[in-house]
Amino acid sequence: MGVNRRKFLKIAGISTLGVVAKPAADALAVEWLDKRLGGFTIPETLLHLFHRPTGFTPGEALTAKRWAMVVNVKNCPEGCKACREVCHKVHNVPDIENPRHEIKWIWHGEYKHVFPGQKHEHIEEALKKIPFVVLCNHCQNPACVRVCPTKATFKRKHDGIVLMDMHRCIGCRFCMAACPFGARSFNWIIPWPRERAGTMPRFRKDKEPPNPEFPTRVKGVVEKCNFCAERLAKGQIPACVETCREVTKKKGMKPALVFGDLEAPDSEVRQLLRSHYTLRRKPELGTNPNVYYIV
Amino acid sequence: MFEKAFLGRRKYWIWLAILGGIIGVGFIMWLWQFRVGLGITGMSRDVSWGFYIGQFTYLVGVAAAGVMVVLPYYLHHFKAFGRITILAEFMAVGAVSMCLLFILVDLGNPVRMLNMVLHPTPNSVLFWDMIVLNVYLFLNIFIGWTVLSAERKSAPPPRWIKPFIYISIPWAISIHTVTAYLYAGLPGRHFWLTAVMAPRFLSSAFCAGPALLILLCLIVRKTTRFDPGKEQIRTLGSIVTYALILNVFLFVCELFTVFYSQIPGHMDHFHYLFFGHEGHGNLISLMWLAFALMTGAIILLVIPACRRNEEILTVACVMTVIGTWIDKGFGLVVGGFVPNPMHEYTEYWPTVPEALISLAVWATGFLIISVLYKVATSVKEEVRA
Repeated sequence: MGVNRRKFLKIAGISTLGVVAKPAADALAVEWLDKRLGGFTIPETLLHLFHRPTGFTPGEALTAKRWAMVVNVKNCPEGCKACREVCHKVHNVPDIENPRHEIKWIWHGEYKHVFPGQKHEHIEEALKKIPFVVLCNHCQNPACVRVCPTKATFKRKHDGIVLMDMHRCIGCRFCMAACPFGARSFNWIIPWPRERAGTMPRFRKDKEPPNPEFPTRVKGVVEKCNFCAERLAKGQIPACVETCREVTKKKGMKPALVFGDLEAPDSEVRQLLRSHYTLRRKPELGTNPNVYYIV
Repeated sequence: MFEKAFLGRRKYWIWLAILGGIIGVGFIMWLWQFRVGLGITGMSRDVSWGFYIGQFTYLVGVAAAGVMVVLPYYLHHFKAFGRITILAEFMAVGAVSMCLLFILVDLGNPVRMLNMVLHPTPNSVLFWDMIVLNVYLFLNIFIGWTVLSAERKSAPPPRWIKPFIYISIPWAISIHTVTAYLYAGLPGRHFWLTAVMAPRFLSSAFCAGPALLILLCLIVRKTTRFDPGKEQIRTLGSIVTYALILNVFLFVCELFTVFYSQIPGHMDHFHYLFFGHEGHGNLISLMWLAFALMTGAIILLVIPACRRNEEILTVACVMTVIGTWIDKGFGLVVGGFVPNPMHEYTEYWPTVPEALISLAVWATGFLIISVLYKVATSVKEEVRA
């Protein structure tokens, strides 16, 4: 036979080396490579030379050094849930009623829950009733990214958005334990009702059709707000901010959600921060949130 | 040598069959969980780790405790423990296997498990935990098997095994330290954010592990012709005593800092666990039971006459095992999540499928331990004969 013991060992040895070398190199060279390749690995860098992600056209995209949001809570129209509705629609967020299994990208919380360390008995009456818009803070120093064992969640180096790759996530939920803001949701059950019942197609007829431009997810993965990275790539502002602008304009109010570049001195967010007293959630933890609240 | 595992008496096979049955039921439940998702457990958006991770944490301790036998024997030449090192090592093998299985059943996407290896992430403590646990499993199988093979030939263990044994000693400490770091470095989880977490883990490990080992030794004495020995059990009893006192002491240190500083975020979790909060209090009676058992065990163990009486020692060991199990396998994990970061209280209680899957993992561990103990005791009987 063509394969003798010597040859077999040679092939086996080389294949083992091939399997081991990549992760070993990754583990050793992460820091070094990151600095030189702007967060991309060598294969990724090579790939990007020949291939551009679909839907991304340079020049058209909105870019920033550090995206941030300002929530002006008193501009939030009473009973309005438009930001949540549009966000969950464009991102195909599973609609699960059971609060134990609920998936939330953006939602409305009470002051005492959003700022638990700041609550006291004699708080301003208005604040007790106002809903506070809550979402991922896209921290500058995110604890969730630090603990993820697969880099499924990561901070984009060039604009600071904390992203989540739902196709790499193994569902260990370490990030959920690490996040001090409760911003992460896990798919405890099968995301789609028809699949849950064991029948196809995936979506109920009475519901609106899914957004085919946003990838779906499977059960057993963690997800959260992505600051609409897929929309920014096409030159659109986040869906919640856009909708909030429209809704408040109709009512003759100023928008409750404002989005912009924190590093650009003239940006709308910077102007608001300059002229208002703002709060961030749990700043003492050092995660450095990029969502600010004007109360 | 492994053929010894197949040469058992009727009772041995019946025992294995019972374990196999439990594993079978649990496996079917796991298939169901695999199909419909982790929603069949009691976990939720707010309490996102539960029984599985609790069992994992507890068993890392049991595994690490093998060092309490290996260290006196190899570093201090405490000859008596030479007789039971193999039992300690094989117990560690079973315990680490259970740890790995508990992680596996807790994953939302077990099919993507290898992403941990394909995308190694040194800044994640879980990555290091995977490494230390797998190496510790390998070390214990390798050392245990080599030393037992030598013993079978009535020869001293080969010299080259020594470095592995010496490495295994700090390695045992490392598995529980790294596991404590999973919890102790998370901002905003005040219940876990304490430097005393790793020492507490180690102290509870060094009482729960040897206590379980004493119970296993007594079972071995009853069911085989190999006697692990009176002196051995007595010395293990002393180790349990010291470690259990240390464990409760460290808990008191924790209580002092939390309640003397009066910082609400730190006190809330203890209040929930021991007194409840506005009608939420699933764990109150369990937590009190845990500390009653541990305190009771300390009282029994510090009295020399009681500790040396093997029957009372057995009772104290059972109390220690159950007490530390509730504290670490339940209270520690759930207590960290209630209240959640938004100061909302969501209760947790394991569901029936969750309990059955956990039981099956325990059964798998005990199956491994039973088979390995069968081999070890058969070899020891053979050598003596």
